[in-house]
Amino acid sequence: MIYGLGILKGLGVTLKHFIYSYIEDVRYLFEGGRYQPRHLPARQGPRARGVFTVQYPKEKLPLPENFRYIPFLVYDTQENKIKCTSCGICAKVCPPQCIWIVRGTDPQTGRPRPEPEAFYIDATICMSCGFCAEFCPFDAIKMDHDYELSAYERYESLLFDLPRLLKPDTYHAQIHPSDWARELAEKEAEKAKKKEKAAAQPSA
Amino acid sequence: MTTPTKTKAAPLAELKGDLAVLKEKFGDAVQPAEYEGVVIANDVLVEAARFIRDELGYRYLSSVTAVDYIQEGYFEVVYHAYRLEGGGPLVFKARTPRDVATVPSLVSVWPGADFQEREAWDLMGIRFAGHPNLKRILLWEGFHGHPLRKDWKEPYYEEEHKPFSSRWPSGHHVRAEDRVFWHDNVQYPLDWDPDQVEDTSDELLYIGMGQFARAETGELVEPKSLRTERLVVNMGPQHPSTHGVFRMVVTLDGETIVRLEPVMGYLHRNHEKIGERNMYLQNMPYTDRLDYICSMSNNLGYAIAVEKLLGIKPPERAEYLRVIMAEFTRIVNHLWAIGFLLNDLGAFFTPALYAIEERELILDLFEEASGSRMMCNYMRFGGVAHDVSDDWIARAKELVYNRLPRAIEELDRYLTHNELIKARCQGVGVLPPDLAVAYSTAGPVLRASGVPYDVRRAEPYSIYDRFDFDVAVRYNGDVYDRYLIRIDEMWQSLRILRQALDQIPKGEIQAGKKQYMIRVPAGQAYGRVENPKGELGFYIVSDGSPNPYRYHIRAPSFINLTALNEMCKGHKVADVVVILGSIDIVLGEVDR
Ligand code: SF4
Ligand code: SF4
Repeated sequence: MIYGLGILKGLGVTLKHFIYSYIEDVRYLFEGGRYQPRHLPARQGPRARGVFTVQYPKEKLPLPENFRYIPFLVYDTQENKIKCTSCGICAKVCPPQCIWIVRGTDPQTGRPRPEPEAFYIDATICMSCGFCAEFCPFDAIKMDHDYELSAYERYESLLFDLPRLLKPDTYHAQIHPSDWARELAEKEAEKAKKKEKAAAQPSA
Repeated sequence: MTTPTKTKAAPLAELKGDLAVLKEKFGDAVQPAEYEGVVIANDVLVEAARFIRDELGYRYLSSVTAVDYIQEGYFEVVYHAYRLEGGGPLVFKARTPRDVATVPSLVSVWPGADFQEREAWDLMGIRFAGHPNLKRILLWEGFHGHPLRKDWKEPYYEEEHKPFSSRWPSGHHVRAEDRVFWHDNVQYPLDWDPDQVEDTSDELLYIGMGQFARAETGELVEPKSLRTERLVVNMGPQHPSTHGVFRMVVTLDGETIVRLEPVMGYLHRNHEKIGERNMYLQNMPYTDRLDYICSMSNNLGYAIAVEKLLGIKPPERAEYLRVIMAEFTRIVNHLWAIGFLLNDLGAFFTPALYAIEERELILDLFEEASGSRMMCNYMRFGGVAHDVSDDWIARAKELVYNRLPRAIEELDRYLTHNELIKARCQGVGVLPPDLAVAYSTAGPVLRASGVPYDVRRAEPYSIYDRFDFDVAVRYNGDVYDRYLIRIDEMWQSLRILRQALDQIPKGEIQAGKKQYMIRVPAGQAYGRVENPKGELGFYIVSDGSPNPYRYHIRAPSFINLTALNEMCKGHKVADVVVILGSIDIVLGEVDR
């Protein structure tokens, strides 16, 4: 065998990649340019050829629904209340123990009240594992899609308190459409069940 | 103080099979242990180990670790040895009272015990009599105490176990840094002054390498007797070839390596101590951060170990999903490993980026299924976290049938026959098969040395026994073969993936109800999987509480490094970089 043939063959592969990037450029030229948002799925898809980079922050990859980043608390805009009941499950399951919850108390009776008085998530510690959202029995805490959290200092700005954590359920519905659909369906089913019970009682 | 542990059950009533042979040979020195294995008396341990290796044929020592049974007042060193033909382990143990803390070293029988025994000395404080180089390995000389002992508490110690009671119901946020760290939550002796602590690791290291001696004044001087032209060179901790913070101290004779000693622990966080504070489920996302290229298969290993104790099995669909994820992970890892091996050879980033491009596409699938590209946290005990859609399966098939075979083929065409690569890799870093076994290397390193040992075949887990695939093996044991075997393994992974994606049934993905605070029956289990980098093992001791009593990881990258000195000896210093690259380490796993 001729010495150097392997190197030449290998360089052929580099050349192929190089040429493809131009072919693709020319192809995209007729479709309004490579960096049109509508081309993003194809450019990043399993049939993509040529340049494979995304021009972040000008372009961003679409996030799948399951994507998880630091959690937020859901605010129920229909009933105007915080969904969290301060049951404490998320604080227990959290692996790095970065959730702090002060359970609400009724000022009159002094008994626990199903709403948190204070709720902290230390974003410097949170590992975005998603357990809190997974195990919350009230769908009150969800994982966010907002991953641009850089701040100029790491103490005050990354300790998320209740006002910082609350986001409306419309936002939740927007980023988690199928999860939201499941919640609605469950709510409907519950209502139907209650109705059935109510209907069954007088006849009994 | 700790509550009485329930880690102990009655010893096994009778010994079967090879354990019975062992008992017959050594008589009263061999006693049945609780749950599994035998306890061997310290005075015959080395002899018995040799018998286990040579007569009983358990040539491969997979794991050495220690458990602190503080209530019972002794340490137990646990060994798992395997036959290369496959099958289950022979578990044997040695015990030593806590105040003696010495057992004989088995390095003379299995050199692969070297780093693992040093780790047990470092973290558990057990001396291994006869060990040739018993220094700390992950921590520094001068570190106070041995952190895996049950009575050792970390500076920000809060409580013995999570969940911490300060978080709820009156959880007012406190930063760990704000808790004064030599308050009463740290135990340190009264005569201990943090200002007086001295790190002597380097001196010990250099003395060990024969470069310096200690003069009477306490200074380090060149040894008088030994006038050599040898040179000690530090590669790392900041060195581009180490892919992280890792240091190699090499003694050179001219350009030739006489001796090499890896120095690690720069990324050490005591994963195992954290794991013992955690509840079982809470460890799952932490395993992602071991070998962070392969979080999916780390998850799988941990899930399998705990499921062994729980005695549950995931439903069919979940099993298939697990295999699919684990095999995709193997492809991801090997693409990465090959790309960066080429970087180490000087082909700066073009091959790496071609490989990473394919990896991106797989990570997209991971992200959609699990929510994260790298820190997947996907497996649960008895199942997986999320189901995947039909569209997901279709896209995975597109990759497996179309894109990846082409990409691997291209990578092969691109690199395999390149004369420069051959010149740099062939015959470099050779590890003969018997040494590969003796040093307990695993995964591609072991198989490139001609030992066809793959846990997926040797002791099948999950549903690997259903798939048709070959165990890749190469025979030269050099860097080139370690490169080729990764290509071979990717082809085999594609074979498995095709079968799994075609056969995956519909159905449940979680057995039983998902719980966050599971109680695991008391017992001991060693679960192991064939990770892309080698055999990943989890040794778990449960005392029936929600937290593991002992949680140990057999990290393949860490143990594969035991053979690094052997592979590098006699080569030029420029080859070290390539040899290290061919082992394919990840510091998150090496340092734990
Ligand atoms: S977020 Fe959910 S789990 Fe956490 S305290 Fe509120 S209701 Fe309980
Ligand atoms: S995502 Fe994980 S680490 Fe972060 S707050 Fe939730 S449970 Fe804790």
